[in-house]
Amino acid sequence: MTDYTTRITTVINGQEETFFCEPRESLLEILRDRLQLTGTKEGCNDGNCGACTVILDGVSVNSCCVLGVEAENASIETIEGLADGDSLHPLQQAFIRETALQCGYCTPGLIMAAKDLLAHEPLPSNERIRLWLANNLCRCTGYTRIIKAVAQAAKELHQKP
Amino acid sequence: MHNFDFKKPSSVTELTAMMTSYGRDARLLAGGTDLIVGMRSGNLRPAVVIDAKKIPTMVEIQLEKDGLTLGAATSCRRIWENRQVADIYPALIDSASLIGGTSIQGRASIGGNLCNASPSADSVPTLIVMRAVATIVSSRGTRTLPVQDFCLGPRKNVLADDELLLQLHFPPPPKHSGGAFNRFIPRNEMDIAVVNAAAEVELDSSHTRFVDVRIAIGAIAPTPLFVSEAGNAIKNKPVNRKTIDHAGDVAMACAKPISDLRGTADQRRDLTRIMTIRALEMAVRRAGGTVTDD
Amino acid sequence: MKHAEGQVDFKVIGTTPERPDGIEKVTGRARFADDIHLPRMLFGKILRSPHAHAIIKDIDTSKARALPGVHGVLTGGDFPQLESTVIPHGGASTIDIRDLAENCIARDKTLYDGHAVAAAVADNYHIAEQALELIEVDYEILEPVLEIEDALKDDAPVLHETFSPGRFILQTEKSHSNAGSFKLKLGDADRAFQNADHVLEENFQTRCLHQGYIEPHSVTVEWSHNDIMSVWTSTQGHFAIREQLAFILGHPLNKVKVTPMEIGGGFGGKDQVYIEPIAAMFAKKTGRPVKIAMSRADMLRGTGPSPGANIRVKLAAKKDGTLLGADLTLAYEAGAYPGGPVTSAALQATARYNIPDQQILGHDVLLNKPKMKQYRAPGGLPVNFAMESMLDILARKLELDPLELRLTNAMVTGDRMITGIPCQKIGGKELLKAVQTHPHFTSPLTGRNPGRGLAYAMWFGAGMTSSAVLTANPDGSVKLSVGTPDLSGTRMTLAMQAAETLGIPVSSISVSIPDTDSIAFSFMAVGSRTTHSTGLAVYDAAQQLLRQMTERAALYWDVDETDVTFSDGVFNHQKDSTLTLTFTEMAHLLEKLGGPITVQSSVTPKSNGAQLTAHLVDIDVDTETGKIEIQRYTAFQDVGKAIHPDYVSGQMQGGVAQGVGWALSEAYQYDEAGHLLNTTLLDYRMPTSLDLPDIETVILETPNPNHPFGVRGVGESSIMPPAGALANALYDAVGIRMTALPMTPGAVLEKLKKKQRGS
Repeated sequence: MTDYTTRITTVINGQEETFFCEPRESLLEILRDRLQLTGTKEGCNDGNCGACTVILDGVSVNSCCVLGVEAENASIETIEGLADGDSLHPLQQAFIRETALQCGYCTPGLIMAAKDLLAHEPLPSNERIRLWLANNLCRCTGYTRIIKAVAQAAKELHQKP
Repeated sequence: MHNFDFKKPSSVTELTAMMTSYGRDARLLAGGTDLIVGMRSGNLRPAVVIDAKKIPTMVEIQLEKDGLTLGAATSCRRIWENRQVADIYPALIDSASLIGGTSIQGRASIGGNLCNASPSADSVPTLIVMRAVATIVSSRGTRTLPVQDFCLGPRKNVLADDELLLQLHFPPPPKHSGGAFNRFIPRNEMDIAVVNAAAEVELDSSHTRFVDVRIAIGAIAPTPLFVSEAGNAIKNKPVNRKTIDHAGDVAMACAKPISDLRGTADQRRDLTRIMTIRALEMAVRRAGGTVTDD
Repeated sequence: MKHAEGQVDFKVIGTTPERPDGIEKVTGRARFADDIHLPRMLFGKILRSPHAHAIIKDIDTSKARALPGVHGVLTGGDFPQLESTVIPHGGASTIDIRDLAENCIARDKTLYDGHAVAAAVADNYHIAEQALELIEVDYEILEPVLEIEDALKDDAPVLHETFSPGRFILQTEKSHSNAGSFKLKLGDADRAFQNADHVLEENFQTRCLHQGYIEPHSVTVEWSHNDIMSVWTSTQGHFAIREQLAFILGHPLNKVKVTPMEIGGGFGGKDQVYIEPIAAMFAKKTGRPVKIAMSRADMLRGTGPSPGANIRVKLAAKKDGTLLGADLTLAYEAGAYPGGPVTSAALQATARYNIPDQQILGHDVLLNKPKMKQYRAPGGLPVNFAMESMLDILARKLELDPLELRLTNAMVTGDRMITGIPCQKIGGKELLKAVQTHPHFTSPLTGRNPGRGLAYAMWFGAGMTSSAVLTANPDGSVKLSVGTPDLSGTRMTLAMQAAETLGIPVSSISVSIPDTDSIAFSFMAVGSRTTHSTGLAVYDAAQQLLRQMTERAALYWDVDETDVTFSDGVFNHQKDSTLTLTFTEMAHLLEKLGGPITVQSSVTPKSNGAQLTAHLVDIDVDTETGKIEIQRYTAFQDVGKAIHPDYVSGQMQGGVAQGVGWALSEAYQYDEAGHLLNTTLLDYRMPTSLDLPDIETVILETPNPNHPFGVRGVGESSIMPPAGALANALYDAVGIRMTALPMTPGAVLEKLKKKQRGS
């Protein structure tokens, strides 16, 4: 029987990680099952819900549409890497403060997508936030508070020195 | 998913050698948003998957005097983030920023969208009206082809088993010209187009007369359709409502839509007219003109 | 120690503390069902029938078993054969456990595209999937029946020769080979129609759709060596899962332990077993933990969507708009097994309006689609769409303002509902007046083809049994355990009710939802009941705790117990004002006085107070494409008392978004053979952030006299009005009356063209 096992080295949340996988495993499967980073979620496994959003080489992507083997030498950010120790990222704080989550399942993907937005556009309009986050489905909140939380976090990040 | 070998060639020569040796046992991986989903559903079962993204030519954006050259595996995101490309080829940005959503665009490529050859592909009408030329390579050599000849049918393109799409080249837009792409979807994002349409217009120096018009429509035929009749019908005509509506009517008459999960044939016919008109209106504005009422 | 009605000087209630699980959720640390990893875990996948109606003649699993990495393959025959057994399922509802078991895995017949027929467990999901491809099923395809009208015909294909007619709140009786029916009657509807100035009649159709929770079903089961089945699952009701597993597998209840994980959305769709029995059987056979998760396609095909419906409404009215009578026929899809929510739809259909003579005929219709279930306000949106459209039609016919027409007919406290029961205290007219005086109501419309629409709804939630355990610890901290899973923040609203009662900061209270071994029986988190009904258990437990602490205070002060009182967080001696102790000080003394105190309460209230809601929406219509753009949306709701106003507002906004999807873009699409065509979220279209405007919420409070803080259920009623409101706005904008959902651009365009052609 053919052995498809491949050895992959990548950087996840600033740490070098090495794992073994078959090419057919998605980056989402690697994160959740091989590396036990279960913060990133599966919702549809075909790019239509954004629950699996991570930042790959500075760009938000659906990790279900990336193969684990494509992560070789890439730099990946997941929700687990966002807080600085006990200190939450302004997006995380804003989500809690604004009640921008209910069940919390879509939250990691949304926060990572929003982080990418704010890294590239410091003070996006509400309409721009809505467009950017349209790849991330939420079924609980109706989005109003999510948009507000992102806008608030944007202001806070913009003011930081 | 079935198991497969994963290859990462770092040069075009290496890649074409692989394509020759594996033929139809291999699929090329660009963004993966179609291929990986297709493999997961069991529809696609290549024995070998070849990652194209390590090859510089396939992911480069080169803007020069002779136009824009886009590596086939360049992601939509990198395209719409490029301000210079956005300034000169706004229609391309229309397409690149409408395929899927933000995270899809982080990976999905225009080249992949073209090779996928879906009748409703959001890039192809734009590529057609922009006169894009496909550069196709294999170990047998290189050939070029206007994009309007690239798609043969739903999910079928001209590539032989050992060939791959290397680059797309866009000539510099003529003076007094403008292009636009739009599509109709039931929601405001994420959907496959029920109908989409691209238009490129070249106006005279007074911006009141059409010199050349190219219109292409998607999701109303087995392939995205270059509707030369519609463009030709308004060449040399004044830039006004009546002319634009006429182009819409001609386009609608050329449409051969079917009814499916996403829309009925009747609805698609109506949308052909509307999306053509709106694409033309936007293109005229970008060319510096105004659509007058008479 | 009852709080006075309308008391407004609460210390904790009405404030907006941050939820304790918030940090876990924004950091990705919260453990949802699929986040469990156990040593030597195996992974299962389920093979689903591709036919809408078929007999299973044979299943050959030999090739699948032989695949390296596969540890087992199951079919329906591997499960205990059950007799038809009707068991209670909350309040007056029952289910036939055999139906439930056969829905989880078919035995002889498959009844819908997606019905589970076999399963494989392997070292990883990929191998399990490959095993499925090697299972050979020999089907004899039968003619399917897919539409309500067809299913009710005498010569329709029959799903079950015999069946237990459903009882979801109300009992149905078998009336057709594919339907159970029931009737509700108040007064004499025929008389009302004879005396009316105006009689209106119209038919409405809606289609089935899914709750669309983002988190897929996932379960892990470990069958230990001493025969204990441990289950970790995504569920709204872990006691229901326990009971159903015990029945289906023939295992004693006291050896099934179910742990509810954090749940990523349920909305009524996660209140029963789907994949748990298969996972449990694999766990038993392999001796290893087994995880099964559903894919999105599995969920759309093989769980419990919300039914489509054919609804006929006939109204009798006086020329001043007073409704004299109503005659409705509700035919709702039941899907493959009986017991769908047509019954609850009928109970809500006219509730909120005072209509003295009414009759409702309801049909629960079997057809070859998944067994239909609840989706927030079970059955509510379709009938609200029909009724609110009719009210609008009537208003326009009589040239009356639509809101005034509703005010004329609004039910008030004491008016009789169709059940004959007088309505408990409600603030319907106040709610409608709040809409009328809101700036949105009179703001100018903008856009090319703008319109404004209104809809009004009422819903009753559930009472059911809730249990709470409360412990005061010697360090002053308080532990609250409840048996009702937390879907969206109720662990905080329950803590707030405890904190208010005990006079302590809410941060002193830690809440958990333990497994079925570790907390007394509790009904599911459904029916908008948690904050209200589980809140009653919490309140009762808090009262018990205070009583016991009062005893201890008396002991400590060496005084008569009757002289010790508790108020505003302080124990006092009635006659000696030097004797006072705060709750926390008292807690610190407990160790000297007998140790920590733990109390338990299980309560079963009858209901949770009516939820009234009204929505106002502004739209702009693109008449060239039929696309509706929502420009402004305001949701009004009377919540009795908003324990945590932000959570209440969030529930309202969530219901609006779901109702909008139901109204405009979501529906199952089947081909003629009964195959579900839109099995991905690409073509099963749920609203994105770009499809909705900011949703404004207005909270009103007519306290519920049956709750110490006045709480009414909140979660469900907000899903009902969007379709009616949007349909009415569409009529206002472009003069077309949509009587079918969803109002997709294609459907709207077709109607617009018909109107232009003058037909």
